[in-house]
Amino acid sequence: MEAAAATTARDDARIVAALRAGDEDAFRMLVAELHSSLVRVALIYVPSRAVAEEVVQETWLGVLRGLDRFEGRSSLKTWIFRILTNTAKTRGQREGRTIPFSSLQSPGTVPEPAVDPDRFRPDDDPRWPGHWASAPAELPEERLVEAETRARLDAAIAELPASQRAVITLRDVQGWTSEEVCNALSISETNQRVLLHRARSKVRAALEHYLKGDEE
Amino acid sequence: MNQVEQLSCRELVELVTDYFEGALAPAERARFEQHLAACSGCTRYVEQLRATVSAVGRLEPEAVPPDAEAALLEAFRDWKSGI
Repeated sequence: MEAAAATTARDDARIVAALRAGDEDAFRMLVAELHSSLVRVALIYVPSRAVAEEVVQETWLGVLRGLDRFEGRSSLKTWIFRILTNTAKTRGQREGRTIPFSSLQSPGTVPEPAVDPDRFRPDDDPRWPGHWASAPAELPEERLVEAETRARLDAAIAELPASQRAVITLRDVQGWTSEEVCNALSISETNQRVLLHRARSKVRAALEHYLKGDEE
Repeated sequence: MNQVEQLSCRELVELVTDYFEGALAPAERARFEQHLAACSGCTRYVEQLRATVSAVGRLEPEAVPPDAEAALLEAFRDWKSGI
């Protein structure tokens, strides 16, 4: 972990130096790496994709303008996402959007079962209360890599509530650590796990539904 | 060994992410694994979730829209000429 942090700090210093020197390729690479994640996080706070894209543009301008103030006390990524969050919140308020504080900061308050309750036997079942009534089957491995399946996964992620979509994108699509996600979104480990759990559970259900439906 | 309260399948499915993340307390983890060892339905479920995570991991991140990239590069050049 410490070694990883040291590597990040070294990479960050190199990227910041390149940007300060006006290296366009360094900027292009950083944008390519972070842009879609920034858009998805912006969508937690603003109502539309178009507004989110504007917020991200504004964020990058803020990053360039603030570059001389970046001191490496947080990672570059965390710093950029702080700028994004502030920009998006301000814009969201202007758009008359109430900040969905609960969806991000206390997602556990509204229960959301991972699996359709009808898949389980009732609590008063004489033999197996709460056990599978309709157990899951093995997913056909070869189908998981098909382009059509990938399109279904993308669609399932697109349909998630914005905060769940942001977390699964950063963790599972982009491969960030939970610590990086918590820092970028300013949320606790517990809330990050709740959001990740719900996102993964829904995407799994969509995948199961699609692969099962197709076999019939 | 003490008789521990058994997990139901409905309860287990809510713990899978915590299990993957290593966030279960040792006793909870033991209950989880005991259940899994005896339950083919939950074993399949956990396999499905693992397969989901790795399939999502193979998705391509969205590319930057070309007009957005063009606008950003222009902004970068403006900024550069000002430094």
